[in-house]
Amino acid sequence: MAPATSPTDAAGLGRGRAVAFALPALVLIGVFLVFPAIWTVYLGLTDYRLTGPAAADPRLVGAGNYTTALGDGRFRDSVWLTVQFVLGSAIIGQAGLGFALAWIMRDRRGPVRRLVEALVLLSWILPGSVVAFLWIALLDRDGGTLNALLGTPGAAWLLDHPMPSIIVFNTWRGTAFSMMLYSAALENVPPSHLETARLAGASAFQQLRDVVLPRIKGHVLTNVLLTSLWTFNDFTPFLLTAGGPEGRSEILPVYVYNVALRDGQLGFGAAVSFLILVINLVFALAYLRLLRDRREVPG
Amino acid sequence: MISVHGLTKVFPGGVRALDSLDLDIGEGEFFALLGPSGCGKTTLLRSIAGLETPTSGRIGIGGTDVTTLAPGRRDVAMVFQDYALFPHMDVAANIAYPLRIRKTPRARREARAAEVADRLSLTGLLGRRPGQLSGGQQQRVALARAVACRPRVFLFDEPLSNLDARLRLEARTFLKRLQDELGVTTVFVTHDQGEALALAHRIAVMDAGRIVQVGTPAEIFHRPATTFVASFIGSTPMNLLPGRAGDGVLHVAGAALPAPGDLPEGEPIVYGVRPEYTDLSATRRDDGFPGEVAVLENLGATTLVTLEGPDHLVQAVVGEGREPAVGTAAWAVPRRGRALVYRDGRLAGQA
Amino acid sequence: MSHVAHVLGRIASAVLLAAVAAFFALPMLWLASAPFDAHPSITVSLPEFTLDNFRAILDNPYALGSIGNSVIQAGGAAALVVVLAALAAYALSRVRVPGRDALLYLLLLLSSVVTGTAAMVPIFELATRLNLVDTHLGVVLTVSGGLLPAAIFILKDFMDATPTSYEESARVFGASPLQILRHIVVPVVRPGLATIAVWAVANVWGGFLLQYILLRDPEKSPGSVVLYTLYTEGGQPNLSLVSTFSLLYSLPVVLMYLFVSSRYGFRFHGGIKR
Repeated sequence: MAPATSPTDAAGLGRGRAVAFALPALVLIGVFLVFPAIWTVYLGLTDYRLTGPAAADPRLVGAGNYTTALGDGRFRDSVWLTVQFVLGSAIIGQAGLGFALAWIMRDRRGPVRRLVEALVLLSWILPGSVVAFLWIALLDRDGGTLNALLGTPGAAWLLDHPMPSIIVFNTWRGTAFSMMLYSAALENVPPSHLETARLAGASAFQQLRDVVLPRIKGHVLTNVLLTSLWTFNDFTPFLLTAGGPEGRSEILPVYVYNVALRDGQLGFGAAVSFLILVINLVFALAYLRLLRDRREVPG
Repeated sequence: MISVHGLTKVFPGGVRALDSLDLDIGEGEFFALLGPSGCGKTTLLRSIAGLETPTSGRIGIGGTDVTTLAPGRRDVAMVFQDYALFPHMDVAANIAYPLRIRKTPRARREARAAEVADRLSLTGLLGRRPGQLSGGQQQRVALARAVACRPRVFLFDEPLSNLDARLRLEARTFLKRLQDELGVTTVFVTHDQGEALALAHRIAVMDAGRIVQVGTPAEIFHRPATTFVASFIGSTPMNLLPGRAGDGVLHVAGAALPAPGDLPEGEPIVYGVRPEYTDLSATRRDDGFPGEVAVLENLGATTLVTLEGPDHLVQAVVGEGREPAVGTAAWAVPRRGRALVYRDGRLAGQA
Repeated sequence: MSHVAHVLGRIASAVLLAAVAAFFALPMLWLASAPFDAHPSITVSLPEFTLDNFRAILDNPYALGSIGNSVIQAGGAAALVVVLAALAAYALSRVRVPGRDALLYLLLLLSSVVTGTAAMVPIFELATRLNLVDTHLGVVLTVSGGLLPAAIFILKDFMDATPTSYEESARVFGASPLQILRHIVVPVVRPGLATIAVWAVANVWGGFLLQYILLRDPEKSPGSVVLYTLYTEGGQPNLSLVSTFSLLYSLPVVLMYLFVSSRYGFRFHGGIKR
């Protein structure tokens, strides 16, 4: 028989030791995670620069950076490119392809499924710098394998179509997570429900709409939120295009890097970073809300 | 050996698990804490071990006050319900663990582990991991680990409840013999009255954080102090029938029964008699509860008969070959000297 | 569903899977062929088989040194994250501290909100002021700070799943809290610790942005940054070097993945891989 309430301190650690145990981790998190987040707010209100007079003696400019950003065409372009990037590669690309793969392979066992899964996973776990060059090689204008396959010698994919390139690239890179999440979700749909629908004469599409989707709604939401959040913060496209040509693939993470660390406008970059933080916060709060509502976390 | 005075434990959230509880357990005694789920018996055991800090009250072991002493310094050994065998250590390392903590030299503790393992017929299993053992073997390893450190007191939390029914009887006999041989004061918690009756020298029956009755198995079985104990003890529940004292007799469920001496007239009482001490008569008896045979349950050597009266149910145990037919009328007659009379839920006398 | 439609459906799904497999395999073909090619080109082709490229890279101190840097940084961060997260998770799992749940909630929130992307400016500033630029320690501390919240969260799950009776039992036998941690808790949650270690190593090994910002000195740069400079700086990249280095640099993460999935089964937690 279990005691009326669970024991509060099984190992006899005591409060003091518990605090001592937790403190080093909390200090590190505080210094290298919480403090930078707070500092972003302050830096974003200054005209701080990497070099020059404003480096030695930054002035408070209030909301100046924000009004500058909103008036800046390059910033607005970057926001729009980021929206395209997230919609295209996270929601349509990763979540869409991931679900399609999980759905098609749901009844499959054997070598085909294992091969597809292995390839999809591999593209997920390889280091970013490695896969970036693999795609540079694939899309190369002069000797790229894609041009050789399509018979389009001289097509400069990364220069002429930078956004579609990084969208396809990021889909390739990140589909694994969605695929695994949906595979796990589909395994939780009781076969008896699908069989009932099939006996009633429902088509594959009707089964999907009436039986499967209602059961995995939460997973879909989780998936869309997380992949959007990660894609929104993804810096890997920098390795392919560095934001170019002419800023045509300069999504926000790359924009912040270019503005703040390459061009040295630290204060302005911090202001944009703060906007990213706020958007992240919205995504993360929505996700945690979801977790609380349904304690069935994937995994 | 163990003395508990005014022990109260209130959990955060307000649950009062122990309510000003007093208890004395003698040297070498095999003592059972018996009660339903949530009665506080496990909390009491854990408080003796030092795993719970009492809200108030004192606990003494062997004459020293251990109330504020850390569990490891009370010289007790505890066997947990799930045995708590460390999954990453083999049987020998598990048994020797308490000695390792006491910095016993490796050779000495290995010898001791081997000796204890031999005594509990575990010798062939010393190299195995707990995951490779059957439930019964795991239980014996847990006992061996407790024995190995030669404590002053053993504390067992539901030691048999994780075993299947057949194994449980075997383990029960084993446990009783072990305690007899070692003679170490042992307190164990159980919700199974059969286990408590079979094993313990004395039993404390608990309910809602208090001890309702302390006594030998025979006392508890024959003279339950309250209707709660009466209904809790016994493999078939005691018949408890409401009645009234009047004209020097007890009027209970259509029967007139002899009353114990000092009952006030007209007083409502509860009449208790175990099915084992209830005989069946096929002919009308004034001192028998009338009813129709409703159910027969075969208990093996005996049969449990349920009589359905106008507004009562009475059960009786009859011997082999003496079962009445279902649907016939019968009278259930309490055996003389075996019936108990309760007033306000407390034992008032024997009838 | 008629038989014909069923067969057509099977064919359609097989064709689609083949196309997907081709899509995912295509970029990787080069990684499989070029390192073994005596004269690698940017196009995938059957190699003129040779192992000279590997011999050549062993003589390249720059490449080899960067792998050494990756080992130091990934190993250091993994060790720090495992030790600190285990201690914190244990305390948070076993002792009821007021505000514990809120703290955990906040940690989880932070780990997904404060990304390298969002915090690169202050992190760069902080490292500059603490003299951590161009040091291994700077990378180790910064990435550990980012990995710790999720690590604590996951390890707390592992600790919560361990019965408290193990610890209580040891405690009744007189073990001190530190002995309990060493003898009982750490061995029992070892799979969790291994998972976190592998996860941390994989993260730092493949990580680019923070290392790129914090390290200007190529002598201290890890493989991920050095590889990037190999193909972006100095004109025409040396393809045999880039391909061979890419393959060598990929092997550890693939092997670790195979190790974890075969040893513990693949478990993935929402939000863990980034």
